[in-house]
Amino acid sequence: MLSLELLFIPLLAAILLLFANEKAAKPLALVFSIIELFFTIYAFQVFHQNGAEAFEFQMPWVNKPQINLHFGIDGIGLLMVVLTNLLIPFIILSGFNRTTKRVATFYALLSFMHFALLGVFMALDGFVYYIFWELALIPIYFMAFNWGDENSPKVTLKFFIYTLAGSLLMLFGFIYLYMGSPNHSLDWSVLSNQHTCSCNQTWLFWLFFIAFAIKIPIIPFHTWQPDTYKSAPTQGTMLLSGIMLKMGTYSLLRWLLPIFPAGMHEWQSIVITLSVIGIVYASIIAIMQRDLKKLFAYSSIAHVGLIAAGTFTLSFEGIQGALVQMLAHGINVVGLFFCADIILNRKGTLQIHQLGGIRLQSPWFATFFMIVLLGAIALPLTNGFVGEFMLLYSLFKYNVWLGAVAGTSIILGAVYMLKMFQEVMLGAVPEDALPMEKLHLNEKVVLIGIIALIFILGVFPGMVTNLTQPTVNQLLKLI
Amino acid sequence: MNTLIYTSVLGFGLMVLEVLKLRKWISPVLILGLSLIFGINIHDWNQPGSYMGNMLETSNFTVAFNALAIFITLLIAMLASEYYADEAHHISDYMTIMTFVLCGAQMMLGYANLVLFFIGIETLSISLYALSGSKRFDAKSNEAGFKYFLMGSFASGFLLFGIALIYGATQSFDLNSLGDYANGTEVSPMFLTGLLLVLFALFFKVSAAPFHFWAPDVYEGAPSIITAFMSTLVKVVGFAAFYKFLHVFGYLIPIKFEWLIILVAIVSLFTGNLSALAQENFKRLMAYSGISHAGYLLIGLVGAAAFPSTAILYYGIGYALSTIAAFSIAMAVFKSTGSETISAFNGLGKKNPILAACLTSTMLSLAGIPPFAGFFGKFYIFSEALQNGHFYLVLIGIISSMIGIYYYMKVVIAMYAKPANETKIEISLTNQLVMWLCLIVSLLIGIMPSMITSLF
Repeated sequence: MLSLELLFIPLLAAILLLFANEKAAKPLALVFSIIELFFTIYAFQVFHQNGAEAFEFQMPWVNKPQINLHFGIDGIGLLMVVLTNLLIPFIILSGFNRTTKRVATFYALLSFMHFALLGVFMALDGFVYYIFWELALIPIYFMAFNWGDENSPKVTLKFFIYTLAGSLLMLFGFIYLYMGSPNHSLDWSVLSNQHTCSCNQTWLFWLFFIAFAIKIPIIPFHTWQPDTYKSAPTQGTMLLSGIMLKMGTYSLLRWLLPIFPAGMHEWQSIVITLSVIGIVYASIIAIMQRDLKKLFAYSSIAHVGLIAAGTFTLSFEGIQGALVQMLAHGINVVGLFFCADIILNRKGTLQIHQLGGIRLQSPWFATFFMIVLLGAIALPLTNGFVGEFMLLYSLFKYNVWLGAVAGTSIILGAVYMLKMFQEVMLGAVPEDALPMEKLHLNEKVVLIGIIALIFILGVFPGMVTNLTQPTVNQLLKLI
Repeated sequence: MNTLIYTSVLGFGLMVLEVLKLRKWISPVLILGLSLIFGINIHDWNQPGSYMGNMLETSNFTVAFNALAIFITLLIAMLASEYYADEAHHISDYMTIMTFVLCGAQMMLGYANLVLFFIGIETLSISLYALSGSKRFDAKSNEAGFKYFLMGSFASGFLLFGIALIYGATQSFDLNSLGDYANGTEVSPMFLTGLLLVLFALFFKVSAAPFHFWAPDVYEGAPSIITAFMSTLVKVVGFAAFYKFLHVFGYLIPIKFEWLIILVAIVSLFTGNLSALAQENFKRLMAYSGISHAGYLLIGLVGAAAFPSTAILYYGIGYALSTIAAFSIAMAVFKSTGSETISAFNGLGKKNPILAACLTSTMLSLAGIPPFAGFFGKFYIFSEALQNGHFYLVLIGIISSMIGIYYYMKVVIAMYAKPANETKIEISLTNQLVMWLCLIVSLLIGIMPSMITSLF
């Protein structure tokens, strides 16, 4: 039942916000997200005491075809729920002190997105999961489209069609599975115990994989991503990169692996190779970028490529590392985009060559930025390190050469991040530079919060690995 | 049976009202009458019967589709009372003819004999020829009426010829005996030719490609309200009649003509969706989108598991409600801006956010995005087709839905991204009522699809 309550709060927030007046919208959204966060902490406690049963909810919805509203949370699901509910308050808070047109609608969409994302992470019926997967697309599309920059109509249409095309393939796959399953059900427990013949898995795998690969994105399905990240409003970009992208990596573990273990084995090498190529390719492109947001977008492709590669090694370390890294990447990327937003807000531009000397103007901000950056390039004691280490370890175990190539991403990551830091933060202040206003209270709270998370997870990664270990062991038994 | 009689009486009653100079009462009487007929129709649920020497039959299938047809007419009648407000002296003509369209539709749904089927189609079509040409001083409307008439008569000729050949082979018009004949051992080539011709006529009526060339011009030229009427009622009823017709020939159709229907479905999907991409006129866009929806419904016909299947009913409801809601908004926009292009919607998101949000949801529903009814419609049709092994057909359906998203979003983008023009958009209370009714019902059956799918 607890899972329903967790779902219900953001939905209630979304409905209330539609009717809220412009001034009350931001505080209202924040209050609801904090209530949700407290609920999550409570849920965490319950999970430790009673395990996953406390979250089971099942109710018949449609009788022909047989669809149940089935929600539940296991270790992996809880991790994603925690990630979502941790980041959303920060994302909302980062919008304080910024002027947004039609605030109430914007935050209503954001809360609705929150609801849909939680639905994706909790749904245990394939059909319900598909509906939430699609639902998540609608609010983010309108947020990016209505509140983005002048290119956004074109860019977001591409994003919309791309992701929907993937989803439709997945729908086809689900219908096919439904027809093939012994007692006509799309329930996760049924699907994951089903042994579809290996000839089916060969191509059914791709129907699902392409949908996930577009969301993640894995090269060559990534072309929607950098432009969308650049055009979307920063809060939209945070949602997209911090949480929505995790829908893809989460789904690899929740749906693809249990349903198509043979397909996973069959295509393992191709997907890992694609991901590794993607890591290096995106890192090299990131070095060339002249726009901060685009640079972060490409660095994000590189990071999630590593997550996907690790997942597909189908080893304990790979999957655990992927989970740790999902959480870490979500936190880091939100931090990075928030820093970019602060710079955009003060300087009016994100072009790297127009910036410089921010450290002289605002040393505190430069320090914060540096710490977030170090998390992103996986320095020991930051959250990025543990996950990246486990992922690379699993890749090395799978194939030394692939591991070595993927390992260059750490060096390349340091190159583009530090080079960017040098140009943006260090050096002399350009003559026509705008002044760097002091950090506002809300900005300090967000930055300090994110930095705290970076260190906590970096020093105590066991919090995550202990949480997910039983679930990962179960998953590995299916293979 | 009762519904057909009452509907005809209602039509004559409206004319009498005109004679008695009670013109003001025409719209209220029509709306009230249709609501009553809706109730009478529902009353026939679970009471199958056949009438007039097995000319007409009632079954749960006919009652369900009748209910949909009456509901569509009711919504259109409400819109029409507003649309024709400044043409009050002709209102009896329009309203009466609309009622007769419904009569034709009911005959097409309830036929148990090919003669009645033909009469039904002709009643429906002739009334629609008149209605599409009803803007008498508008050249485009005249063109639409004339074109529809010419092409439609051709199709009727095919139909009649086909029925004649079938009669020649079987010496019967009665569906049951036709079914017995078709499922027998020997089937004469004459019979098959007749069947083929009837299929052609039906493809024409539901505007499936390559029999669709009339649709865009007629939809564009006809008064918007008639376009809305044609694109919903005729399509839904046409498919129900088609479905019934195919079902009669049980085993024969899959063996002999399934490839033809599949081919037409594929051609419709691609013609509809690809041509819609280039359209600038909203009504033409809806015409091409209607052609692609005909393609999806044809997939439903081929793939339908058993007769009667709720997939086609569900799809029909979802499609009709979304289209009517879209037209109720579009008509208000056309009236205020004086233009029928997609650019008429520019900046609607700023001028009237609620209206824009509603139009967006209808477009998303037509594109087949959850949680709207359009999504479940596609889902049911695809799952039934997959169940019967029409694997590639479903894949093609999915590819064409991807194309479809682009042009539906074009309307959405016009509303939100393009700069607004000066004109204020005013929407009347009636249009708003129809819009909300459609949206609420469509969301309701989207959230609780069992309401429809457990009907039969």
